[in-house]
Amino acid sequence: MKKCSDLVFRYMRVDHLPQIWCPGCGNGILMRYVAAAIDDLKLEREKVVIVSGIGCSSRAAGYLDFNTIHTTHGRAIPFATGIKLARPELEVIVITGDGDCTAIGGNHLIHAARRNMELTVIVFNNNIYGMTGGQYSPTTPTGEYGTTAPYGNIDRQFDIPLLAAAAGASYTARGSAYHTQQTIKVIRDGIANPGFSLIDCLSPCPTYYGRKNKKGSAVDMMKYQRDHGITQTQWDKLSEEERKDKFIIGQLTKNDYPGYTAIYRQIIEKKRENTENKDRK
Amino acid sequence: MSKVLVLNPDWCKGCGICAAFCPTEALEIVLEKASLKENNQCILCGRCEELCPDYAVFISDTEKHS
Repeated sequence: MKKCSDLVFRYMRVDHLPQIWCPGCGNGILMRYVAAAIDDLKLEREKVVIVSGIGCSSRAAGYLDFNTIHTTHGRAIPFATGIKLARPELEVIVITGDGDCTAIGGNHLIHAARRNMELTVIVFNNNIYGMTGGQYSPTTPTGEYGTTAPYGNIDRQFDIPLLAAAAGASYTARGSAYHTQQTIKVIRDGIANPGFSLIDCLSPCPTYYGRKNKKGSAVDMMKYQRDHGITQTQWDKLSEEERKDKFIIGQLTKNDYPGYTAIYRQIIEKKRENTENKDRK
Repeated sequence: MSKVLVLNPDWCKGCGICAAFCPTEALEIVLEKASLKENNQCILCGRCEELCPDYAVFISDTEKHS
């Protein structure tokens, strides 16, 4: 008897399943969306590289059946940059968490975005450090609780797509575990985009973020995403007051700035031409 | 080729997401595992498959399944 769907069987290491994320964790849902987006694009499995750092989200590299590498904390983007520069024909996808991407690897994120490196960074954003026990992360909203913020977090939270867009990323978008079709679409568009793409995927963490902040069960957290995720068109119609607890699902920014390896190749060709001309003389 | 809803209790962690978002309320959690209610109201829409974090609920072709 079959244990799982065709999609899961084709793109995941079934002998490593069931995954060990907590019951109701959004990471499993988002990992399936990544597989679905790759399936839609009909990419060859040998041409896809999944790079992850450290954290709950980064376990995805162990479950997805592509060329995968599970790297050190915050350094997924530098490893991915190296792979992309050495083998530009590969499709390099980084799966990382909010802490891994914006705290420990924050500098790497802004510089990869600045260079417009041809990577697709998919952030499984659960607003907390889940694996280490619920410490507040750069995306924990102000006033909310974590193990290390027993009186409420006084820091302001990062808007990751805004940060990446400001640093120079050519495609940014937001998805969530609840919004299936929209999230698969933005992951697909992000992979297809030639420059640096960042997709902020909201993932409910019922075990730490949910429990610390009385957000209810996994189902309640999914319902929150359903009720507060809106489209850009709806967002434009709302007043400042109404936008307060809402977030946009879908594409946020896009531009046509050329990718890094494309420019790098031009430099190599130019240098080669100059050398050949000199040899002829 | 007809389709069928398949449940894999070995992988199910009983989070209840499938039951909560099923448009026809065809699923329920019994003893921490997802199961189909007795009056089978499943319309094979696949929403449970999309939202199951553990890939324990899915729609399959009957021929492949047997």
